[in-house]
Amino acid sequence: MVKDFIFKNQDHESNLISRRIYISAFIILILISMIVSRIFYLTVTKNVHYSTLSQSNRVKIIPIPPIRGLIYSRDGVILAENKSAFSLVVTPEKISSLNETIDQLKKIVLIEDSDIKRFKKSLDRKRKFEKIILRLNLDKEEVARFSVNRHRYPGVDVVARLNRHYPLGKKLVHAIGYVARIDDHDLKSIDTSNYSGTTHIGKLGVEKYYEEFLHGHVGYQQVETNAQGRIIRVLEHVASKPGKNIHLTIDLSLQQIAIDALKDKRGAIVAMDPIKGDVLAFVSSPGYDPNKFVNGIDTESYNLLLASKDRPLINRATQGKYPPGSTFKPFMGLIGLENGIRNNTKESWCPGWFTLKGNKHRYRDWKKQGHGHTNMHKAVMESCDVYFYTLAYELGIDRIYEGMSKFGFGQTTGIDIEGEKKALMPSRRWKREVLGEAWFPGETLILGIGQGYALVTPLQLVKAMTTFANKGHIIQPRLVTSISNSIITEVHDLPNYSKNKIVLSNNTHWDDMIISMKDVVHDVKGTAWFSGKDAKYNFAGKTGTAQVIGIGQDENYKKEEIAEEFQDHALFIGFAPVEAPKIAIAIIVENGGGGSKTAAPIARKMFDTFMNNRGLITKG
Amino acid sequence: MEEKNLGQRLHIDFPLFFGILILGTLGLVVIYSAGGQDMELVYRQAIKLVIALAGMVIIAQLSPSKIARWSFNLYLIGLILLIIVIFYGDVGKGAQRWLDLKLFRFQPSELMKLTVPMMVAYYLADKTLPPTILQASMVCFLIILPVLLIAIQPDLGTALLVAAAGFSVLFVAGISWRLLAIIGGLGAAITPLLWSLMHSYQKRRVLTFLNPENDPLGAGYHTIQSKIAIGSGGFYGKGWLNGTQSHLEFLPERSTDFIFAVFCEEFGMLGVLFLLCIYLFIILRGLYIAINAQHNFGRLLASGLTLTFFVYIFVNMGMVTGQLPIVGVPLPLVSHGGTSMVTLTIGFGIIMAIHTHRRFLSSKI
Repeated sequence: MVKDFIFKNQDHESNLISRRIYISAFIILILISMIVSRIFYLTVTKNVHYSTLSQSNRVKIIPIPPIRGLIYSRDGVILAENKSAFSLVVTPEKISSLNETIDQLKKIVLIEDSDIKRFKKSLDRKRKFEKIILRLNLDKEEVARFSVNRHRYPGVDVVARLNRHYPLGKKLVHAIGYVARIDDHDLKSIDTSNYSGTTHIGKLGVEKYYEEFLHGHVGYQQVETNAQGRIIRVLEHVASKPGKNIHLTIDLSLQQIAIDALKDKRGAIVAMDPIKGDVLAFVSSPGYDPNKFVNGIDTESYNLLLASKDRPLINRATQGKYPPGSTFKPFMGLIGLENGIRNNTKESWCPGWFTLKGNKHRYRDWKKQGHGHTNMHKAVMESCDVYFYTLAYELGIDRIYEGMSKFGFGQTTGIDIEGEKKALMPSRRWKREVLGEAWFPGETLILGIGQGYALVTPLQLVKAMTTFANKGHIIQPRLVTSISNSIITEVHDLPNYSKNKIVLSNNTHWDDMIISMKDVVHDVKGTAWFSGKDAKYNFAGKTGTAQVIGIGQDENYKKEEIAEEFQDHALFIGFAPVEAPKIAIAIIVENGGGGSKTAAPIARKMFDTFMNNRGLITKG
Repeated sequence: MEEKNLGQRLHIDFPLFFGILILGTLGLVVIYSAGGQDMELVYRQAIKLVIALAGMVIIAQLSPSKIARWSFNLYLIGLILLIIVIFYGDVGKGAQRWLDLKLFRFQPSELMKLTVPMMVAYYLADKTLPPTILQASMVCFLIILPVLLIAIQPDLGTALLVAAAGFSVLFVAGISWRLLAIIGGLGAAITPLLWSLMHSYQKRRVLTFLNPENDPLGAGYHTIQSKIAIGSGGFYGKGWLNGTQSHLEFLPERSTDFIFAVFCEEFGMLGVLFLLCIYLFIILRGLYIAINAQHNFGRLLASGLTLTFFVYIFVNMGMVTGQLPIVGVPLPLVSHGGTSMVTLTIGFGIIMAIHTHRRFLSSKI
C-alpha cells in the first residue's frame, strides 16, 4: 500500500498531519497544566484543610454483626443454633520473640505448619497491635489447657466467635437448609450495609426463605483512632438487633419414624396437617450433613455428594418427580363422578385387559384374571386398572387435565422454601408445544392409572390429599408456624388462609370416594388391608406402584430379574382419622416395589404415633 | 544510508523504552506501599511488567506494512469477540467483559483499544486527506460500532478510551473543524441515549461526581477520600510508606485505579511534577515519531496511539482529583494489573515498529 502514496500530494498531506500533531501537543500541554494547577490547588493551597481532615479522618465505624435467630421444632427442640468457636490469637507487639512463643504454645495446643504459614502471611499485612489468628476452632480441652497457662503467654488470647450448628445434622437438612459464607451471588440481593459485619447467609431451605427474619439488624461502634489506626476510645455504640427465632411445624417424633422407615432407601415422606397446612414430617432420603457446608465444604466431600448415585443433595419432597401410579385413582374417580361419567354404584366388566377400538394393543390390569363386575368403590379398593382405563378414555384428556389441575398437579404448592418443582400434568397443549405432537387416546388411558407423562412431587401429592380430606378446601403447606422475638418471648403465629375451594355439584361425591379409600385399608379386599388391620381409628388411603420401565405385552414382571434401580416405586397417600382428618401423608419409596407392601405400613406407623401422641384414639 | 544504529537493528526505540521502564518501576515502588507492603503483589506485577516489555519488543519487530495489512482482519475479529462476549462472557464486577479461553481470560474490549485506531488509520491512509464528509462518516461508524458494544457490557471507561483512540486518528488526519463540531454536537445529542443504557451503579457514580458530599459513605466516598489523601500530602509528600490515608484503608482500590492518590500522598506535588515530566517525555517522543513517519498509516497510527495514552493519564488523574466521574481507568503503566499494561506496551511496540522500520534512514534522526 506504500506504493499508492506516490500518486497523492504527499507533502501537503504530511504537512496537514504535522500541523494537527502540533495542535494536539499544544492541547496536551494546556491539559497537563490544568492537572498541575489542580494538584497545586489540592496539595499547596488547600493543604492545611486536607491535613486537618486527614488528622480527623480517624473516626472509624466498626460494624457489629447481629446474632442470627434460632430455629426450633414444633415441640421446642433446637434445630439450628449458634455455637461458640474458639480461636487462638496473637498480638505481635506484646510479644518479644514470636517463634519462641509459638514453640511454647505448641506444647499445649496443636499448631500445624499450615497454621504457622497462614499466621506469618497475615503478620506481614496487619499492624503490630492487631490480633492475628494462629489457630482456628480450638476444642474444649485445648481452651481449658490454655486458660490454665494463660499467665505465661502475655499477648496471646482466646477469642470466641459464633458458628452456626445443626445438632440434628442430616435429619432435617432438606427443610432447614443451611447457612454458608456470603458469596458474590448473594451480594447482589442483600443490603450490603446491613450485612457489613456478617459472614454467613442462608443458602437453602428455611434458612434462606426466612433470611430477613433470622439475620437481624447490624449495629456499629464508632471509634476514634490515632494516625496509625490504633483505637483510642469508643465514641458511640449502637447494639445490633438479633435475628428472630423461627418455629418449625415439624413434629420430631413423626420425622424420626419417617427417617427410620427410609433408612438406606431413596424416597420421600411428607406429612401435613390438613387444617393449618403445617408440614409435620418432611423427609427426603438420603440426607447429608449441613454442618459441613457452614464453613465451606472441602472439594473431595462435595464431589462425593455430587457423584453419589443416591443424589442426597436433591430435595426429593419438593423436587423429586415421580409417576403417581394408582394414587391418581381417587382423583380420577372424583373427576368421573363430578362429570357424570360414572356414579358410585354403576358396574362395568373387567376381564383383565382393555383394548381401544380398532387397535390390538391390550392394556393389561395388574390382576391377570381380571376383577369381574366392578363399581367405583371396588375399583378404588382393589385398584382395578381396567375400570380406570375405561373411565379415563370416556373422560378424555381435557376434562382430566382440568380436574387434576384443580388439585394442584403440575403447579407449585407454595411451600415456604425455594426450589420447588412443578412436575408435570400433561395436556393436549403441553404435548403440542413441548413434544410437537398431537395427543393420542392411548396416552389418556394410561394417565387413568397414573402412568405415562404425568409426574408429581411428594409435596403435591400430600397437598392434593389434604384437599381431599378437607372435602375441597385447598390449603397451602408451610414449614414455619411462628416467629418469635429472641429477647421478649412473644410468639407471632403466621396465618395460613385457604382461599380456594373445589366446589362439587354434589358433596356426596367426596364422601363416596373417602369411603372407598377407607376400605382400601379397612376392608379385607382392599389392597392395603393388612396395614389397616386392628387400627384403633379409621384412616383412608390409596396405594400406588409406579412402573419405572415399561414391561412388554406378554412379559411378566419378575422382581428378582430386574436391577434395583429399575424396580417399581412404592407409593402411598392417605389421611387420618377419616371422620375429622388431622394428618395427611404422602410416601414414595424409590424402587421399593409394591405400594401396599412397602409404603402403606410406614403410613400406619406414622398415623399410630400421631394419634397416640395427640390423644386422639377413642375406640376401645 | 546503510548505517544502522543499535536501536534500529533491534527495532527498539530507546527513549521510549526507558521512559516506559521508569514508569513501570515507579509503579512497583508505589504498589509495594499501596498494597500494604505485600512483596508477593510486587513480584506478580514485576512479572507482568517483564511480559509486557517483551511483548512490546516482539511487536516492534513487525513491519508497519504487515501491521497495516492485518488491521481489517483484527478489527473484524475484535468485533466478533465483542458480540460473543455479550452472550457467553464471564461476569466480573457486574459487567460481562471477559471471555474464558480456558488457558487465560481475555477481554476483547482491550483489543479494540488497538484495533480501532489501526482500522481507522488503515482506512484513511490511502485516501486523500483531509477526509471528505462521506469518509468521516465511515470512520465514525467504524468507531461507534465497537464503542457501543463495549458500553453495553457495561464498561464506560474502556468505551471512552476506544472512542478517544479512534477520534484522535480522525483528528490528526485533518478532518475539518466544521465537521469536528458537527460530530461533537451529535455526540452530545446521543448522551441521553447512553444514559439510558447505563447501569444504576454507573448512573450513581456520575451523579455522585456532580455532588460527592451528598453520599459520603456510599459512592462519593472514593472521591472525598482520594482528595484528602492528595491534599494532605502537601508539596513534599509524607514520604514513601508513610501515607496514612492510603494505609488506613480509607482509600479504596489503592493499588489499581486510585494509585495516583497514594502517589500524591507520599511524594507530594514534587513527585507529581516528576511523574508528569516522564509522561510528557513519552508523549512528545511518540508525537515526534509520528511526525517523522514515512507514510500516512504510520503518522496517523503513531499519533493516535500516543494521544490515547494521554487520554488515559488525563482521565485517571481527573477522576482521582475529583474533576471527572469515576469510570475505572487505570493510571497507565503504574497501576496494578496486567491487561491494560500489555495493551499499552503493544501500542508502544507498534510505535517503535513505525519508527525503526523506515526505509530511507538519515543519520541525523
